[in-house]
Amino acid sequence: MIRTEELLLNVGPQHPSTHGVFRIVVKLDGEVITEATPVMGYLHRGTEKIAENLNFTQIIPYTDRMDYVSAMTNNYVLVHAVETMMGLEIPLRAEFMRLIVMEMQRVASHLVWWGTYLLDIGAMSPFLYAFRDREIIIDLFNELCGARLTYNYMRVGGVKWDAPPGWMDKVRDFIPYMEKKLQEYDKLVSGNEIFLARIKGIGQYDAATAIDYGLSGANLRCTGVDWDLRKAEPYSLYDRFEFDVPLGTRGDCYDRYRIRLEEIKQSLRILKQAVEQFPQGGETMGKVPRAIRPPAGEVYVRIESPRGEIGCHIVSKGKAEPYRLKFRRPSFVNLQLLPKLLVGETMTNLITILGGVDIVVGEVDC
Amino acid sequence: MSEEQEKKDKPEEAPAVDPEREAKLKAAAEARAARQAAKEKAEAEAAEAASPEPKPPSPKQPQPDRLVALVRQAAGDDAIMESYLNELNGDMPTLVIHNKHWRSIASMLKEHDELRFNYLRNVSGVDYETHMEVVYHMISLESKQEAAIKVRTERDAASVYSATPVWATANWNEREIYDLLGIDFPGHPDLRRIMMPDDWVGHPLRKDYEPLDSEV
Repeated sequence: MIRTEELLLNVGPQHPSTHGVFRIVVKLDGEVITEATPVMGYLHRGTEKIAENLNFTQIIPYTDRMDYVSAMTNNYVLVHAVETMMGLEIPLRAEFMRLIVMEMQRVASHLVWWGTYLLDIGAMSPFLYAFRDREIIIDLFNELCGARLTYNYMRVGGVKWDAPPGWMDKVRDFIPYMEKKLQEYDKLVSGNEIFLARIKGIGQYDAATAIDYGLSGANLRCTGVDWDLRKAEPYSLYDRFEFDVPLGTRGDCYDRYRIRLEEIKQSLRILKQAVEQFPQGGETMGKVPRAIRPPAGEVYVRIESPRGEIGCHIVSKGKAEPYRLKFRRPSFVNLQLLPKLLVGETMTNLITILGGVDIVVGEVDC
Repeated sequence: MSEEQEKKDKPEEAPAVDPEREAKLKAAAEARAARQAAKEKAEAEAAEAASPEPKPPSPKQPQPDRLVALVRQAAGDDAIMESYLNELNGDMPTLVIHNKHWRSIASMLKEHDELRFNYLRNVSGVDYETHMEVVYHMISLESKQEAAIKVRTERDAASVYSATPVWATANWNEREIYDLLGIDFPGHPDLRRIMMPDDWVGHPLRKDYEPLDSEV
């Protein structure tokens, strides 16, 4: 008779497949997980507390550092919340610039996910391809605002910098390039038997669970729930463009993978239309009072970030600083289902499922 | 030498400019008068428009009315402390209720056929110094009807019934609020700190929180 006992295994906070400093403690019975407890807070910087002593323009750089893979959408949710409170009108050119950088950011963010997810599962080279193409977007952002990841690009009332001469042409050239590359990657990876065996039917849940847990983004749409805020509650200029919301049916890692790839394609479609319709002239900053003081009251605005619904809840007392600022971070909310999903799975699937959620720890901890 | 020349030139040039300048002044004065008249007219029109009816009711008005009625039905007439449409936030129906009624209202909001707020999008806690509030932003994915429910509680021994049994997503959100604001959530399955270390003293987002080391 062999004596067996449960094993408590610590994963992270420094582990390549946790994408940052996420830690999870799992109880193992042989190879099977019987309990999983996420431990967060290793990257908690108290952004919400710091923000209470800053004015709104000063808070923008802090939003860059929440979801550092998708800083543009974070910029937008904050300035959009303040603009909603103050009832500001944004010049068309500025709004176009915002939309274009946000969609480019979505492509870049999904490329990071695609590359690192395959790396987690054991495919080395896709990571290099993904980062090569993401580099083009990052170079374009660098040219636009002088930063590669933390852009601090948007302002209440518009954007800080106009597109430099020739920039829009480079974006226009990038779209067909990326479309072609995307097809290539799809052919390269998506049909791979080993890869499919690793992700098909893994981490499955149904629509009712997804809604109950407040999941958003690809994590919600993989179950077939048609809920993309760009369509459901249009903000910015999204109601001007044609695009589809890809949906899944099974709610497993494979569906989430397909959706994210398809979303890159749809983003490129939006970009193509936006570049075409981009207004010739116009301002990049609207008329904004010298001191930005939203009226007393509160507002909750939400947009679709690459990871799901990112929201900003501002309570203002009419001062230049927010009385309370709360961010609804999609990574944090999406992660809640993880302990439930992991029970009964093997250790190898832990990596597959965690990667499929697509978290950014800067956003989980805030 | 050049200064002398300038002095000489000036008196000669000045009269030459004058008629043009006068014309400009006159045009500016006319424009000012026109603007003033237009402004007065606009103000008068605005006053006229505003006086008979202060503000047209929001098209969303029936929604909160029904919401209020249903909440009263579920928890009694005194359940609602305040109800209004949040104009800043696109006329979001907002209810302020006291904690003691929250437990019965929460499940009604999710399960009632007319409301079906099945998606809890955001939970945040606010320290108002006189009292505390936990704000639940919810939406029905079917009808796209939205609501913000603000549950009020005393600041000392702050406590709000947990919504986790109703919406699973409230779990970590409430843990975060407990951690950062020190609001207790009776009925929560696993109320522990989530961001700060387990042995941390105090709740950082409270307005009277004093950091251990103010230099940091």
